[in-house]
Amino acid sequence: MPSTRDIRRRIKSVKNTAQITKAMQMVAAAKMRRAQSAALVGRPYAELMNAILTEAVQRITAFEHPLMTARPIKKRAIILVSTDRGLCGGLNSNLLREAGKLDKNTTVFVAAGKKGAQFVARTKRQLAAEFNYKDTPTFAEARAISQFAQELFLKGEADAVDILYTKFVSTLVQQPKLVPFLPVGKIQAVQAGIGDKTEELKPGVRTDTFEFEADEESVLGALLPHSLNFQMHQILLEAKASEQSARMVAMKNATDNAKQLIKDLTLEYNKLRQANITKELLEIASAQMAVG
Amino acid sequence: MAATLKLEIVTPEAKTYSDDVEMVTLTGIEGEMGIYPQHMPLMTQLVAGEIIARKGAEVIYLAVGDGFVQITGDRVAILTDMAILAENIDEAKAEEARQRAESRLTEKITESEAAAAGAALAHSLAQLKVKRRTHK
Repeated sequence: MPSTRDIRRRIKSVKNTAQITKAMQMVAAAKMRRAQSAALVGRPYAELMNAILTEAVQRITAFEHPLMTARPIKKRAIILVSTDRGLCGGLNSNLLREAGKLDKNTTVFVAAGKKGAQFVARTKRQLAAEFNYKDTPTFAEARAISQFAQELFLKGEADAVDILYTKFVSTLVQQPKLVPFLPVGKIQAVQAGIGDKTEELKPGVRTDTFEFEADEESVLGALLPHSLNFQMHQILLEAKASEQSARMVAMKNATDNAKQLIKDLTLEYNKLRQANITKELLEIASAQMAVG
Repeated sequence: MAATLKLEIVTPEAKTYSDDVEMVTLTGIEGEMGIYPQHMPLMTQLVAGEIIARKGAEVIYLAVGDGFVQITGDRVAILTDMAILAENIDEAKAEEARQRAESRLTEKITESEAAAAGAALAHSLAQLKVKRRTHK
């Protein structure tokens, strides 16, 4: 039987925990919004890139690029976009379960985020490189990952590169998703913003007749890696938004649980206190009776 | 006839610059070019370096990374990884970044790091070039 003092101590500690989880929830909410707006800032960039892409694609009938060559897939590289920190609910376990389904011998991992790298090391899979990205992923960070993947592909160390990340469906729902990165199958329009669909470029409508310098092929060829870098950046931002919203929800649940626990403990505490008072009263009364 | 050009510079992280200017000088893949209003529509690759825009008596210097340029008669749109106004360049920081990138390139490193360092070097060199010019 715990004493009233023990219960009081527990209430205090649970209250402290609730305070911390509440603070983490607020921080995660703010960071999630920041990642979302950072993704939207890329919109003018995406529009301009699409304009150039469209213009170039329309002029070129047969376009060949080393990044577009499909080869029989013997070795596959996976860019595993996970988080650096835990306390974000089932986000990483869901993601890593998907990663665990992939064939150990033919898959090599490129980890973005510590949790993914730890998973690869723990399960003794092949790790090609580990990258870090901050709370608001910068374009430079995304470019480093994307360039590394392109080199793997061009050097023939991987015949295909896919990205495994957590898709942001809504604040409450995040899903692990595997998207192809390389080889580039069709030239697609890039998209900025989270949760949008990609659309294919439709040839036909010519807005302006542009002169290309040096020629269409070289511009398009140079544009392709840039669009991949941009795509990688958008994916990092989306993964970050997923992480933060998952953390926000997890922390909200933790706060709610702590509050419920405080309520239960307070009830128990009051019951015990009342029982003690009653007991003392009884003792006084029986003592009086014995004297009188 | 339009006497001004709309210069727009966009990066994945921000719309760095958007203003009406009278002339733009930039370095394309086939050399430096000056663009006046009513330029013929053109698309080209941009080489990391500087962009000079003239607006009245004012001359604006910008350091840019590599990217692409889309020119229409009244608009110059620049798509790049990095763009920074001359007055925002921190020379000490850029110099430090340059040295760091250079030393990283001389060390024996993996190719992914070399690519990143090479890009960082191009960026810091572009910044330094623009900054030193504005000092003169």
